[in-house]
Amino acid sequence: MSLLEVQNLTTHYTTLRGPVHAVEDVSFNLDEGKALGLAGESGCGKTTVALSILRILPFNGKILRGKIIFQGQDIVKLSESELRKNIRWKGISLIFQGAMNALNPLYKIEDQIIEAIRLHEPKISKKNARERVKQLFELVGLDPSRSKNYPHEFSGGMRQRAMIAMALACNPKILIADEPGTALDVIVQAQVLKLMTELQRKLNLAIIMISHDLSIISETCNDLAIMYAGKIVELGDVYSMFKKPLHPYTQGLIDAFPNIKEERRKMYSIPGYPPNLLKPPPGCRFHPRCKYAMDICTQKEPPYSEISKGHYVACHLYS
Amino acid sequence: MSEPVVRVEKLRKWFPVRMGFFTTLFTGKQLFVKAVDGISFSIKKGEIFGLAGESGSGKTTTGRLILRLLEPTSGKIFFKGKDITHASEEELKPLRREMQIVFQDPYESLNPRMTVGDIIAEPIRLLHAISDEKEVEERVKQVLEDAELTPPEEFIFRYPHELSGGQRQRVATARAFVLRPEFVVADEPVSMLDVSTRAEILNLMVSFVEKYQTSFLYITHDLALSRHMCDRIAIMYLGKIVEMGTTDQIVYEALHPYTKALIAAVPVPDPTSKRSEVVIKGEIPSPISPPPGCRFHTRCPSIIGDICRQKPPPLIDVGDNHLVACHLYGGKEVKS
Repeated sequence: MSLLEVQNLTTHYTTLRGPVHAVEDVSFNLDEGKALGLAGESGCGKTTVALSILRILPFNGKILRGKIIFQGQDIVKLSESELRKNIRWKGISLIFQGAMNALNPLYKIEDQIIEAIRLHEPKISKKNARERVKQLFELVGLDPSRSKNYPHEFSGGMRQRAMIAMALACNPKILIADEPGTALDVIVQAQVLKLMTELQRKLNLAIIMISHDLSIISETCNDLAIMYAGKIVELGDVYSMFKKPLHPYTQGLIDAFPNIKEERRKMYSIPGYPPNLLKPPPGCRFHPRCKYAMDICTQKEPPYSEISKGHYVACHLYS
Repeated sequence: MSEPVVRVEKLRKWFPVRMGFFTTLFTGKQLFVKAVDGISFSIKKGEIFGLAGESGSGKTTTGRLILRLLEPTSGKIFFKGKDITHASEEELKPLRREMQIVFQDPYESLNPRMTVGDIIAEPIRLLHAISDEKEVEERVKQVLEDAELTPPEEFIFRYPHELSGGQRQRVATARAFVLRPEFVVADEPVSMLDVSTRAEILNLMVSFVEKYQTSFLYITHDLALSRHMCDRIAIMYLGKIVEMGTTDQIVYEALHPYTKALIAAVPVPDPTSKRSEVVIKGEIPSPISPPPGCRFHTRCPSIIGDICRQKPPPLIDVGDNHLVACHLYGGKEVKS
């Protein structure tokens, strides 16, 4: 059994203009110590998946269907207090997008991490918690003597490291990182990604890396799921996904990422824009932008077919 | 060789740091952010010139200086051979027709109260380029068509909030090119856009550049995209150009340790390619008091001695107009 199994997760947001179909029938598994990349354009539902897993959706968001099975229990059915006691931080923790700005500027970084530790492990003494902060700092490559600094005394990359330390404070099994590289400079980004890969190995941590940048995922993840308009359109290990992308959207997305080591070429993009999720197109949601669109695509939703072991695609071209 | 369209010489911009009254009173010292500190380069007709570097390296300031949106502290700016470093607003006005800019954020650079037609026509009207309103409309329609915002009749009456990010950046690009300028600056034009639309916008810009033989300054932090976009690239670090050359020279024959690190840090969308492990440590230092000597020496993996800490390396030509500022390639002085 996998560490985390998401089955047919469907999350909608209620708005005045009707429900936004943000996530529809998303299923994937995550094994211990593995990294899964969740990629897609903005508005495709990547972040909503993360928020659903931790059940921290905004007030108008609701999980309609599906199961999220973590260590044998279904997160969707758990009560708030059970979630707080066993899941959040201790089981699964999240680094938000723009995490560098998520630290409270009025508190010392150490105190912010201690707060998180003591909330979830009330028995731990302040002294021990402080000791743990020191260890966490060392783990993420920060100077432990600077744990009493305020966030403004840290650079962007250091703050990102502090956020990672904080997310690891209660020894979670799964770390969800929402766009960990954006807003950082390339060199700092490379450092942070390297750190995450090291942590994955050292702590046998499972990681869900949410990013729009396929090149980041290709360097750090074992598996890749491509989302489009609330659905996973293709899922597989990174090697086969990059070597032989099947879904036309995946192909377009991979082409949109030029490789610096290649010869100069014309840049490719996918024509059109992602659909409005208030009223997603019928049939395959990608068909208005797809160059291979057939009649069936406008009518029938494509089922998943397993092309090679563990490589799934939802496209009528392959069914 | 013909005169380059844009040439800057030893351009420098120091922003004074605002300090408390008492600090100024007692120390009597004025600190400066040395955003751009003595850079020289030129852009030929029809050339796409990339300016790349981390944030805080002075790329944006350079772009704005050339357009005279900022006053340079010292140095010279030549536009088509004419010194415009200290040209007055009055003298600049006719030149504004020939130099334009596309800003980073298409959500903030378009006036929400104006229709797309008015936004694009504004530079024409302001600069009295065309006086006949009918002709203005014709021109606007044509540029909309070129920008693939079709049918133009429909887009003319739309407001920016009705457009997606990519469409907005098309409008901004159309506005920049409507007067068929000789020189356009694009400051991170696609960093706010979705991955699937980035390439379209860049291709659109390239097609305008080719059509009008515009000189194009492309400011970016994304080396992977500039590799496929630019003819020449200059790498900036803390207000200085550390390396400059053709795109191939920079990508395949990078000399400066910083350029090498920067290229190694670019993630490659290919899981089989091994990432080179030379990730340099630390982050870009503050431009208020940049390190003495070579500004990169605090992070440099191939530092060769005191010369790096004491003497700023000059930008030298190592052949084929490939310029580098590093003591590793400094000739005699290094070997002694």
